[in-house]
Amino acid sequence: MAAVANMPVSDLLKSFKLKTKQQELLIRVSILCLVYILAFITRLFSVLRYESMIHEFDPYFNYRTTLYLTQNGFYDFWNWFDYESWYPLGRIVGGTLYPGLMVTAALIYRILHFLRFAVHIREVCVLTAPFFASNTTLVAYFFGKEIWDTGAGLVAAILIAVCPGYISRSVAGSYDNEGVAIFALLFTFYLFVKAVNTGSLAWSLASAFGYFYMVSAWGGYVFIINLIPLYVLVLLITGRYSMRLYVAYNCMYVLGMLLAMQIRFVGFQHVQSGEHMAAMGVFFLMQVFYFLDWVKHMLSDTKLFQAFLRITVTCAVAVGTIALGLGMLSGYISPWTGRFYSLLDPTYAKDHIPIIASVSEHQPTAWSSFMFDFHILLFLFPAGLYFCFKRLSDATIFIVMYGLTSMYFAGVMVRLILVATPAVCLISAIAVSATVKNLTVLLRSKNKGVQTGSTKGSSSSKASSKALLDQSQPFQKNGAIALLFGAFYLLSKYATHCTWVTSEAYSSPSIVLAARGAHGSRVIFDDYREAYFWLRQNTPPDAKVMSWWDYGYQITAMGNRTVIVDNNTWNNTHIATVGRAMSSYEDEAIEIMRSLDVDYVLVVFGGVTGYSSDDINKFLWMVRIGGGVFPVIKEPDYLVNGEYRVDKGAAPKMLNCLMYKLCYYRFGEMLTEYGKPPGYDRARGVEIGNKDIKLEHLEEAFTTSNWIVRIYKVKPPNNRW
Amino acid sequence: MGRASSKEDAGTLFHSLRSAYAATPLNLKIIDLYVGFSIFTALIQVVYMAIVGSFPFNSFLSGVLSCVGTAVLAVCLRIQVNKENKEFKDLPPERAFADFVLCNLVLHLVIMNFLG
Repeated sequence: MAAVANMPVSDLLKSFKLKTKQQELLIRVSILCLVYILAFITRLFSVLRYESMIHEFDPYFNYRTTLYLTQNGFYDFWNWFDYESWYPLGRIVGGTLYPGLMVTAALIYRILHFLRFAVHIREVCVLTAPFFASNTTLVAYFFGKEIWDTGAGLVAAILIAVCPGYISRSVAGSYDNEGVAIFALLFTFYLFVKAVNTGSLAWSLASAFGYFYMVSAWGGYVFIINLIPLYVLVLLITGRYSMRLYVAYNCMYVLGMLLAMQIRFVGFQHVQSGEHMAAMGVFFLMQVFYFLDWVKHMLSDTKLFQAFLRITVTCAVAVGTIALGLGMLSGYISPWTGRFYSLLDPTYAKDHIPIIASVSEHQPTAWSSFMFDFHILLFLFPAGLYFCFKRLSDATIFIVMYGLTSMYFAGVMVRLILVATPAVCLISAIAVSATVKNLTVLLRSKNKGVQTGSTKGSSSSKASSKALLDQSQPFQKNGAIALLFGAFYLLSKYATHCTWVTSEAYSSPSIVLAARGAHGSRVIFDDYREAYFWLRQNTPPDAKVMSWWDYGYQITAMGNRTVIVDNNTWNNTHIATVGRAMSSYEDEAIEIMRSLDVDYVLVVFGGVTGYSSDDINKFLWMVRIGGGVFPVIKEPDYLVNGEYRVDKGAAPKMLNCLMYKLCYYRFGEMLTEYGKPPGYDRARGVEIGNKDIKLEHLEEAFTTSNWIVRIYKVKPPNNRW
Repeated sequence: MGRASSKEDAGTLFHSLRSAYAATPLNLKIIDLYVGFSIFTALIQVVYMAIVGSFPFNSFLSGVLSCVGTAVLAVCLRIQVNKENKEFKDLPPERAFADFVLCNLVLHLVIMNFLG
C-alpha cells in the first residue's frame, strides 16, 4: 500500500503504455461521455428550482395518454375513444395522435420496472426529453464523422448539447413530440446519408425504420419526405447520381412509405396528399432516369439512343402530367393543408385561418430570436457553408441543402428554429473543426521546421535562407496562437450564453409562475394547479367545464373533468361557438351554454398579479375566431377607434360582454397597488370602466388566492310558476 | 418519308437492343425476369381495381406496393450483383442477396399487417 503511494504519478501513467491511436480513442470516448452527461444535466434547471412536473399545455395531453397506455395496454390505447373532451363530440384519440412519444415513454417505464426500479410514470415522462437530447448528441457525432471527420463530429456533439434552439423544446418537463422527434429526424438523416455513401440495402432499411419512428413521433415528418426527394433531384440534375443513390432512395421510399401508413393518423396521405407527391414524383423520375441510363449503356450507337430517348421522355412526361393533372383536378390528390401552405405563403394564415395565425409560436422570426437561440453559430454557419462547398461530396451537399431549407423555414415561423438547429450545429462544427485543424497544423509544422532547420544547419546560404524563413515563421506562429485563443474565447462565451439562456428563458414550467417580491424574495404563484384541484375535488364527476381552448388539456389531465374545447383545435366551429359565447352579452351566452350542457366556466385573469397572458389579452382572438364563423360577432364593436381598451372609454359591448364580466366581477372593490384607485388592472395598467358588475345566470364558485383563475357555476333555469 | 425512316429507326433500335441484351449474363436475366413478373402482377391488380372499385383501399395498396416493392428490391439486387458496376466491386454477392432477403422479409411483414 505504502509502496504504491510512493510510486510517482509519471510511472503510473507510463505503465498504461498507450499508443497514439488508443490515446485518441480514449480522448474521444471520454469527451462523448462528458457531452452526454452535460446535455442531460443542463436541462434540469426547472426540476431543481420547482419540482418534477410537466410543463405547458400540450405535454399534459401526452402525459394523460401515456398514463392511459401504461394502465390499459396498447390495444385499448390504439382504439381509445375519449368522451371527456370536445363535449358533446368526443375525440377518437387512437386515430388522431402520433403515438411515438407515448410508446417510447411506456417502453422505458416497462424496462425500468422490469429492472425493479419502481418509478412513477410522471418521472419517466419528465425526463424523457433530456434523455433523448443526450442520444441526439451521439447521433450528431456520428453524422459529423460521416460528413467531414471525427473532429467535426465531436464539435457538433458539443454544440448541439447546449444549443438553446434545441433546449427550448427539450427541457425536463417539456414532454412534447419534438423532444423525441428531433432525435428521430437526425437519426433518419444520418442513416440515409450513410446509405447513400455505402450503397448498402441494410443501411437503407435502417433509414426506412428511422423514418417510421419519425412519422410515429411528429407531424413534421413532411420535412423529411420533401427534403430527401429534393436532394435526390439536385444530385440527378448536377450529374452526381450513382447506383448507390438508386439503391438508397428506392429502398427507403418504398419501405418507409409502407411503414408510415401503419400509423392511423397518417393513413393514406402518402398516396393522396399533395405534400407527399414530390417523393412519388421523384420515385417515378428515378425509374425513368436509370432505365434510360441502362439503355444508353447497352446501346453503343448514340443516334439510336437519341431516338429512343426522345420517345421515352415524351411518353413519360405525358403520362406523368396527365396523371397528376387528373389527380389534382378531380380532388383525389388533396392540395397542401393550411398548416404547411402557410410556410410557403406566410400571409395565408392571417387572412384565411385565424386559429393558426393566433398561436404565438407561428409568428415570423425576429433577428433577436435568431441571435438568442444560436449566438456564435449564426456567423459560423456561412463559414461552414464555405468549407462544405470547398469539399463537395454527396454528404456535404445533403447537409448544405438541409441547412438552407431549414433556415428558410426557421425565418418564416419561430417554432421551426428547432428543426434548423441540428443543421446549423453540424455546419458550424465543420467550420470550427476545419479552422482549428488548419491553425494547429500551422503551429505544428512551424515547430518541425524550426527543429529540422536547427538540426540540419550546415552551409551559410542554407542558414541564411532558413533564417529568413525563421523571421516570418514566428509571426505566423503568433498569429495562429492568437487565433486559437480567439476561437477558444468565442466557444467559452457560447457555452456561458447557452447556460444563461437555459436558466433564464427556457426553464419556466408555465403552469407555476414566479416573481420577485417587494424585498427581492421569490414569490410563487401556483394558482393554476390550485384551481384544477379544486375542480377535481369540489365538482360532480360528470361536470362540463367551458374555457378557452388553451387550458383544455390541463383541465382534463389535472382536473379530471369533461371540457368543451381543448388544444387539439380540430373543430373550428366548436371553438368559434365558445368564442361567440365569451364575446356575447350574458343573455345570449347563457343560451349557448345551456345548449352545450355547460356546468362551469373557467377564465384566467391577470389583473391582480400583472400576469399578461390572461384571457383579456387573448380576447380579441376569441372575437376574431368567433366572428370568422358567426358574422353576428364583429370585431369593430369591441374597439374604440381601432384601439383595444378596458377602461371608462371602452366600447359598450366590450364593457358588458361575458368575458369582461367574468374577469372583473368584484374587482371594482379590490385595491391592487398602493396609490392607485380600487379596480386598477395591473396587467393593462388602467382603471377598469365597469366596476359595478352583476351576474344574472352565473354565480362565482371559486377564485384562486391571487385571482389568476376564476371559476363560475352556471345556475339552473328558474322554476316556472 | 419521315414515317418510313422512323419505322426503320424503330426496327434497328429494337434489333440492337435485343442483341445487346442477349449478351448479359444468365443470373442477371433471371432477376430481370422476376422484375418483369412483379410489374406484370402489379398491372393486373391495378386493372382489377379499375373494374371492381378501390374498397378496401388498404388491401389494394398493400397488394400493389408488395409487387412494386419486390420489383424495386430485385433491381437493387441486380445493381449490386452486376460485375460491370465498379462501385460494388468489393461487395460479395452473398451479402447482397442476404440484404435482399432481409428487406423482402420486412416488406412482406408490413404488407401482412396492412392487408387488413
